[in-house]
Amino acid sequence: MGVQAIFDHAVTLTLAILCLSFLVTVYRIIKGPTLPDRILGLDMLVAIAIGFIAVIGIKTGYTLYIDVAIALGLVGFLATVAFARFVLSRGKTEDDILTEVRQAATDARKAAKAKAKADARAATKTRPASGKTGAATGKGSQP
Amino acid sequence: MNEIVTLVSAAFLLIGSLFALVASVGLLRLPDLYTRMHAASKAGTMGACLMLIALAVHSGDVGTVSRALAGVVFFLLTAPVSSHLLAKAAYSVGYRLHKSSVRDEMAPEVEK
Repeated sequence: MGVQAIFDHAVTLTLAILCLSFLVTVYRIIKGPTLPDRILGLDMLVAIAIGFIAVIGIKTGYTLYIDVAIALGLVGFLATVAFARFVLSRGKTEDDILTEVRQAATDARKAAKAKAKADARAATKTRPASGKTGAATGKGSQP
Repeated sequence: MNEIVTLVSAAFLLIGSLFALVASVGLLRLPDLYTRMHAASKAGTMGACLMLIALAVHSGDVGTVSRALAGVVFFLLTAPVSSHLLAKAAYSVGYRLHKSSVRDEMAPEVEK
């Protein structure tokens, strides 16, 4: 087996391994329980895509692909930084959002029940106090 | 000589792709965000850099080698910055460490 055959097999094997890691990362992005997990998966996906571009550049001989890889790395870096700023400015975790939504749903249900009771007791003019509004966040954030 | 260069390039390609595979398996298996970040931002960057080095070794052209090394330096500089930003943002927003974490260096000072 010549050197060139070994090299061709190495390129094919590399492409296969990169495909496998790409799929695994995509699974993490889809399943990832929180937003930062998905951002991290996207970051990893950019790294794998850079690897793909390098392998394709070797396979085809177009070394111009390396500029594409550098540009993709820049875009990935900026995207990750922007997403990190977004996570920071959103200021709450998925658990916080979930507790807020549940609190709001409970309040709405309570208010609807109170209103129904008030309508049933239509004879009197006194309106029962509607349920407490205002969503309370769950855990406080660390300074 | 040419054959040695080709073999070295193939070895770099394989090692880089294995690094990428290890990084993605770590992304899949590790329990929380911070440990996943530990896998992805080190091994993933290493994999991409090794494959760019393989491209540089294979081409043997001065312009290509310099651009590939510039790309490698660029990734080595930006990957820690971006993952540190993400970790800092996630921690300050309130994403908790996994239960099995033994130590939280950034926790506020509690009574000893």
